Amino acid sequence: MNSTRQIKMRLIRQKWGDQVFQTIAVIGVLIALTTLAALLIDALSDGLPRIDWKFLTSFPSRKPAKAGIFSALVGSLYLITLTALIAVPVGVAAAIYLEEYTSQNSRINRIIEVNIANLAGVPSIIYGLLGLEVFVRAMRLERSLLAGALTLALLILPIIIISAREAIRTVPNSIREAAYALGATRWQTIQDHVLPMAFPGILTGIILSVSRAIGETAPLIAIGALTYVAFLPDGLRSPFTALPIQIYNWVSRPQKGFHTNAAAGIVILLALTLLLNALAIFLRNHYQKKHS
Amino acid sequence: MKPPKTDSSDFILSVQNLNAWYHTTQVLQEISFDIQRHKVTALIGPSGCGKSTLIRCFNRMNDFIATFKLAGQILLEGQDLYDPAIDPVEVRLRVGMVFQKQNPFPKSIYENVAYGPRISGIRRRHQLDAIVEESLKRAALWDEVKDKLKANAYTLSGGQQQRLCIARTLAVEPEVLLLDEPCSALDPIATAKIEELILKLKDDYTVVIVTHNMQQAARVSDFTAFFYLGELVEFWATDKIFTVPKDPQTEAYITGKFG
Ligand SMILES: Nc1ncnc2c1ncn2[C@@H]1O[C@H](COP(=O)(O)OP(=O)(O)OP(=O)(O)O)[C@@H](O)[C@H]1O
Ligand SMILES: [Mg+2]
Repeated sequence: MNSTRQIKMRLIRQKWGDQVFQTIAVIGVLIALTTLAALLIDALSDGLPRIDWKFLTSFPSRKPAKAGIFSALVGSLYLITLTALIAVPVGVAAAIYLEEYTSQNSRINRIIEVNIANLAGVPSIIYGLLGLEVFVRAMRLERSLLAGALTLALLILPIIIISAREAIRTVPNSIREAAYALGATRWQTIQDHVLPMAFPGILTGIILSVSRAIGETAPLIAIGALTYVAFLPDGLRSPFTALPIQIYNWVSRPQKGFHTNAAAGIVILLALTLLLNALAIFLRNHYQKKHS
Repeated sequence: MKPPKTDSSDFILSVQNLNAWYHTTQVLQEISFDIQRHKVTALIGPSGCGKSTLIRCFNRMNDFIATFKLAGQILLEGQDLYDPAIDPVEVRLRVGMVFQKQNPFPKSIYENVAYGPRISGIRRRHQLDAIVEESLKRAALWDEVKDKLKANAYTLSGGQQQRLCIARTLAVEPEVLLLDEPCSALDPIATAKIEELILKLKDDYTVVIVTHNMQQAARVSDFTAFFYLGELVEFWATDKIFTVPKDPQTEAYITGKFG
């Protein structure tokens, strides 16, 4: 039996453990926050003054002061829209199939699950090389917008599948049973109950993966996206450039003026990413309120 | 011309030599009994004896469990429910089910009740309105919710939610109503309301109810089936089984002297 003294000692030990853990956690958060703040301040102080309407609407130029980000910004927006149009239907359909149409404990399902998780961890450059081989060369898409979008779609597909599966999994089975017991078919159950309830989670996953894709540089470099494009893409087969490529190009130039341009590009890219994340949070809260 | 009244026409469901397995574990053994039309049949027995498994066979809810296997027959009006030619969706339209834990959809009260009729093709607003009102009235919930049909079903109390689930099931007009421990999460007042409801429903439906509450079985049912370890030990009129049980195991269980 524990004596009161023993219990007291134990409480003191536990409290101390709590304290230590809390301190470590706070330090961790502080390191993350200060790094982020330093990065932001650095980019903002260099880049923000450079951003004006002209910078946003000018094509690249050999003169840093004349160069703008127009083709890269528009290219990125096209690229990301196309990527989402390809990856979202495929990814969500795959998630629905895996969660609702196959038996959860089957061996094949477990193997697929592990493999998709692995794919999500594959470095993005590998996807770039795959895209180069398959889309650019074998399918003869050249360095086109479509080749870029297909490559990025492959890259974010595992993340979309995983997050959509998780969202679908949070829908309680009792809801499915309720629908079936009322004479709903499998598809009616999915369409009327599972997807609406999983929607906020699926949407969050989509937006977060898209906001990851928007900053990806390596795969686009690997497929040979152009760095100097003085026109807007006019079709799926058109060559293109994108924000991270443009930034990468400016950073590697010797002139100081281009470095300022790069900082300005980074601010715009960051703003775009934060905007997408904010949208994800807003939509999730909005639909969560509606559904619970 | 009236058909001659035979014994079999009084039975709506007939269970014949039913065996069931999860994986390789047998959970129901050689169950045979008949369920009478417009009567309440109670299934009782200790936890894990297979009551839920059996009741879920009646509307093919076990189809979704990959490891579930079944042998034997369940006839609904003489038709084998597990005949390959039969669409399980049709079975579920004829045999409705209310679950142990209330499970309304996270939608409005109205949409919960209208869902079944809607997917069976009823679109006209006034028709749906009439079905919703009628079903909620039959489930003794109308007076409590008639002013807030647009409110989310989750804003209702547990007992109200369970009656909503009953209303939702009644809206598709099944012939048989399966209730798996419908009162297990409810307080005595809500329980009394649901028992009253079951007695009223008897006029239009055949009710099969699983319950752990002996008084409840005695109060609402006409027939009682006692199960033990996957076997049907005794099946008899409720007033008989509760007064002069034939089997000593049944007696031990209903008097609370069980293991
Ligand atoms: N999905 C399943 N997979 C494997 N075994 C199951 C499954 N569902 C139930 N069983 C097993 O089948 C047996 C019967 O379960 P069932 O749920 O039918 O019992 P029950 O009589 O309804 O019990 P309770 O009164 O506790 O609800 C139990 O031994 C249970 O462990
Ligand atoms: Mg049960």
